[in-house]
Amino acid sequence: MAGRALFVGLMLLASVTPGAHAATLELPPAGASSCGGCHAPPGVDTAVPTLHGKTAAEIVAQMQSFRSGAQPSTVMDRIAKGFTDPEIEAIAAWYARQK
Amino acid sequence: MMKHAISRRGVIAGLGAVTLGAPFVSAQAAPRVVVIGGGFGGATAAREMKALLPGADVVLVTNERTFTACPFSNLVIVGERELTAQEFGYRSIEKAGVRVAYSAAKSVDGSARVLTLEDGTTLPFDRLIASPGIDINWEGLPGYGMAAAEKMPHAWKAGTQTTLLRRQLEAMDDGGLVVMAVPANPYRCPPGPYERASLIAHYLKTRKPKSKLLVLDAKDMFSKQRLFLSAWAALFPDHLEWVGLSKGGKVLSVEPESLTFVTEFGRHTAAVANVIPPQRAAAIAAAAGIADATGWCPIDPATFESRLVPGIHVLGDASIAGAMPKSAFSANAQAKVCAAAVATLLTGGTPPEPRLINTCYSLVTPDYGISVAGVYHPAGGVIAEIKGSGGVSRADAPPDVRAAEALYAKGWFTTVTREVFG
Repeated sequence: MAGRALFVGLMLLASVTPGAHAATLELPPAGASSCGGCHAPPGVDTAVPTLHGKTAAEIVAQMQSFRSGAQPSTVMDRIAKGFTDPEIEAIAAWYARQK
Repeated sequence: MMKHAISRRGVIAGLGAVTLGAPFVSAQAAPRVVVIGGGFGGATAAREMKALLPGADVVLVTNERTFTACPFSNLVIVGERELTAQEFGYRSIEKAGVRVAYSAAKSVDGSARVLTLEDGTTLPFDRLIASPGIDINWEGLPGYGMAAAEKMPHAWKAGTQTTLLRRQLEAMDDGGLVVMAVPANPYRCPPGPYERASLIAHYLKTRKPKSKLLVLDAKDMFSKQRLFLSAWAALFPDHLEWVGLSKGGKVLSVEPESLTFVTEFGRHTAAVANVIPPQRAAAIAAAAGIADATGWCPIDPATFESRLVPGIHVLGDASIAGAMPKSAFSANAQAKVCAAAVATLLTGGTPPEPRLINTCYSLVTPDYGISVAGVYHPAGGVIAEIKGSGGVSRADAPPDVRAAEALYAKGWFTTVTREVFG
């Protein structure tokens, strides 16, 4: 009986553990991890603004106006043109959760 | 009855060992990830890996206790910055839970999944991330070799070579000719030679105005060419001459004793000679079997897994990353995507399709910056630029935009080095 209990226990572990890992693995949406090359968390002395703490709506509006050219920029117009609306929304929602 | 019961239990136990042994062990034991290379790519990958999978055993292999960054080292060459501002250690990375092995990677057994270091340490891995950077191809330019580099520095790996070139420029009499050789593609940092040429010309114009820089290039086209050429025409008409391939710019050989560059069209003898030589993926890439006949490493564009050896991922300068240039920004962005792919694979998932960004800033003078940017995705088996995205700084930008880009260049360096090493 002890052997059977162990067997069942092993089965459960084997089937559950990878799923448990996958559940705890939280990846940023496509493209978001590249932003951190220039955009630092708060407290870093740089001319590039931080994205942490901005609302998703602010980031989406800014990216859309960079992309349309309504908001003049040095480099962000060229970068914003590489992203669709859903991609921008996903990145913005993710950054809005970073504190 | 008794006998039967025992034998049944025995069968169950045996089944358990056979059918569950392998998945049980791999699910329970900490996944082992070994990362080769302590530069922007490797250090980012190790740190990101540990952040995504805190239970993983992550080992970073680097042969130097201090990393000396290449971006901004052109400012060190012209005396506008000190080399110490380029130096970073691994203490924060160790504090984040990454084990750092200070030794050189020597060989990889791709089927047994074991890395052996110069000091004899063996590191078994479930996944290996290789970001070994470049080696100078010492056979690539006749006359050039390690001894020649002491007379004609390459300064293409930051450190003592950077300060050697700086000292030579400082010691040169006004009126001297500086000659720079630029290789054919591919090589680390495509716009790097032209930033260096700009900053040396700026140094000569302001400090040694009777001197001149001659750039001998194995190419006719290069990164941000229009922006560089128009800036040079405006700022350095008397201090910088660029000679491309079709005008005889390709350097065929060098003669280190006399600081002479030999081209198809003639010979140029320098007072200070900077040879940016041909390059290839660092030697461990060939030893691991992940480099192809070109000397660089072909990869899957979504996971960065080697096309040649399964279980090994390659990123940064050593990789063939399609439209992405060999830059520190690229290596940092690739490392984060690669770590996410490796973490996903180790937990039994399917890696998502990534998007990657690169931005390369170049300084024409310390307060005149220009950039090239791109957004990338996997397409047709390679990393391709997303149509309509990217490009270079506006040709007609006013001085305040150039100044802003110089400021953003410094901001990028501050941010990325803090993210990776801080």
